[in-house]
Amino acid sequence: MREWAEFSIAEGEGGARGVVLSGPLVVASIGRLDAQLRGIEGPFTHIDLSGVGEVDTVGAWTVWRFARDSGADIVGASDKARRLIAAVHRSELEEESTAGAAALSPEGMAALTGKFVIAYGQGVKHFLAFLGELIVALATLVRHPSRMRWTSVVRQFDLVGIRALPIIGLMSFLVGIVIAQQGAVQLEQFGAEIYTINLTGRLSFRELGVLMTAIMVAGRSGSSFAAQIGTMKLTEEIDAMRTIGVSPMEALVVPRVLASTFMLMVLGFYAAILSIIGGAFISMYSLEIPFWTFLSRIQEVVPNHDMWVGLIKGPVFGLIIALAGCYQGMRVEGNSEAVGIRTTVAVVQAIFAVIVLDAFFAVFFTEVGWG
Amino acid sequence: MSLEHFTGDFPIVVEGLKTAFGDHVIHEGLDLSVRRGEILGVVGGSGTGKSVLMRAIIGLQPAADGRIEVLGEEIAGDHADDDIDIRARWGVLFQGGALFSTLTVAENIEVPLKEFYPEISPTLRREIARYKVMLSGLPDDAADKYPSELSGGMKKRAGLARALAMDPELLFLDEPTAGLDPIGAAAFDQLTRELQDTLGHTVFLITHDLDTLHEICDRVAVIADKRVIAVGTIPELLALDHPWIQQYFNGPRGRAAQDAQARVRAGVRAGTKAMDKPGGRGA
Repeated sequence: MREWAEFSIAEGEGGARGVVLSGPLVVASIGRLDAQLRGIEGPFTHIDLSGVGEVDTVGAWTVWRFARDSGADIVGASDKARRLIAAVHRSELEEESTAGAAALSPEGMAALTGKFVIAYGQGVKHFLAFLGELIVALATLVRHPSRMRWTSVVRQFDLVGIRALPIIGLMSFLVGIVIAQQGAVQLEQFGAEIYTINLTGRLSFRELGVLMTAIMVAGRSGSSFAAQIGTMKLTEEIDAMRTIGVSPMEALVVPRVLASTFMLMVLGFYAAILSIIGGAFISMYSLEIPFWTFLSRIQEVVPNHDMWVGLIKGPVFGLIIALAGCYQGMRVEGNSEAVGIRTTVAVVQAIFAVIVLDAFFAVFFTEVGWG
Repeated sequence: MSLEHFTGDFPIVVEGLKTAFGDHVIHEGLDLSVRRGEILGVVGGSGTGKSVLMRAIIGLQPAADGRIEVLGEEIAGDHADDDIDIRARWGVLFQGGALFSTLTVAENIEVPLKEFYPEISPTLRREIARYKVMLSGLPDDAADKYPSELSGGMKKRAGLARALAMDPELLFLDEPTAGLDPIGAAAFDQLTRELQDTLGHTVFLITHDLDTLHEICDRVAVIADKRVIAVGTIPELLALDHPWIQQYFNGPRGRAAQDAQARVRAGVRAGTKAMDKPGGRGA
């Protein structure tokens, strides 16, 4: 059972009115006493500590503050209590202004809006600066190809591309099954289930292969770019690189941008193929179209430009994902929370930008006659 | 939860401790007793397991063998989240400060208070936090700063303030003066000594700083050959004929620290110096 610090009020002669404290005055026992002392009305002439057991700095602080606020003298303090109270007294705190955060006034709203706009503008400026640095780094590498960090590039190709093959393959295969199966159910109503092949083939090449891959890569690699570069920023590794004369742009950002750009093109194509295989697989059972017939029909119904649409969109999406990840990583400052926030922002921005651009591409390619 | 302070003579007792990372044995048959109310310095070459010893004592590093008793209670190394009762009674300053980076200094100090004593009102908690900030020698406005806004020395002080939040009976300091400038280091030593004089806690201090050892430690424990090879005051250690101890204290840096200490003694003998008293300064 926990013992609490307690108090009683002693009325003495000649208007003397004291507070008698008892029990241990330590951090574990002070909680209730503090609240009670804040509630009682002074003035008091003295505070009697003779019945007090253990004292620690929290107890000393509470006694001292009460003595200060009520103008009472402290009597009957043990050696240790006196020493602690003296220590508290030495480091007397300035009264803290307790003005809370200003309520949301119209001026406050305007100020907040202004701050937001300025921060947004700063963000755009920072991003442009980042793009500029990246272009300079790329130009330097074109002029001095020997400075290219091929080991790092190959490693990123491996991380972003090769290691994503199983998960993207499985995902695309399943997506292919879903499109073919759901498409077949609808098209059957018109007796047009043979068009399932057109649907699966064209959708996979033009849209779904590359879009789903982009989302997967943004989640897999975009986030890891941001988190890794951000952590390196926090641990001053980026600063260390700069002092050694290694450009973080060349060493960290360029390999990631190259890997993401190139690999998304390849992965997007790979995803489209797997998606069609998935479609062919399910058609074998639900539509009784033989597997190889499905594939050879694909060659007839999917125009070549559908493949090109996918292959053009892939690198653009990859570039966006790498830029968002690396840029947000480089913007990490301060603490570990910033790494988390920046990583989230990188993924959200990347996926959002990818979908916006995808909508743009859809209209664009139709307009130029690749519909 | 116990309100009684530990009244035995040895708040930390380590017997036959063995710790190992896989096959790599760090300590074997290590014995150490820390007296109540002393500042015990722990020295040893890099990689001799000073920090591992501290982690074992505070229950972060499971012991492969042996017994560790802190404040009269056995520390079960493999249940790091048990012994809550004991955890409220010690404070730890980690090497890098280990402040929670998303909280301000004051909020950092409030964390253990909130955790153990939720009945303390926010006002009092805030006052305690600000008081500890002052106590650790930080300027008042440091309370509302985030760790990333503090210099290395201020981070150490903020870490100390958090370690002191609960008025611990035991204070563990892991290389408190490493990375501080000589003035900052001397001030930190002074602070450690003053706080110990005022609050009367026992200090377990890992250090490489010879000045710290001379200036504030009551006794020094030397770790070598996987165990504590000697414990005593510096003159006692110097009397031993162990090559590492001789090299450590009588090397060029050790000499310089001794000379500095001698000059201090020859000059103003302010109060009783730590070295004059062999150990125990009970409360």
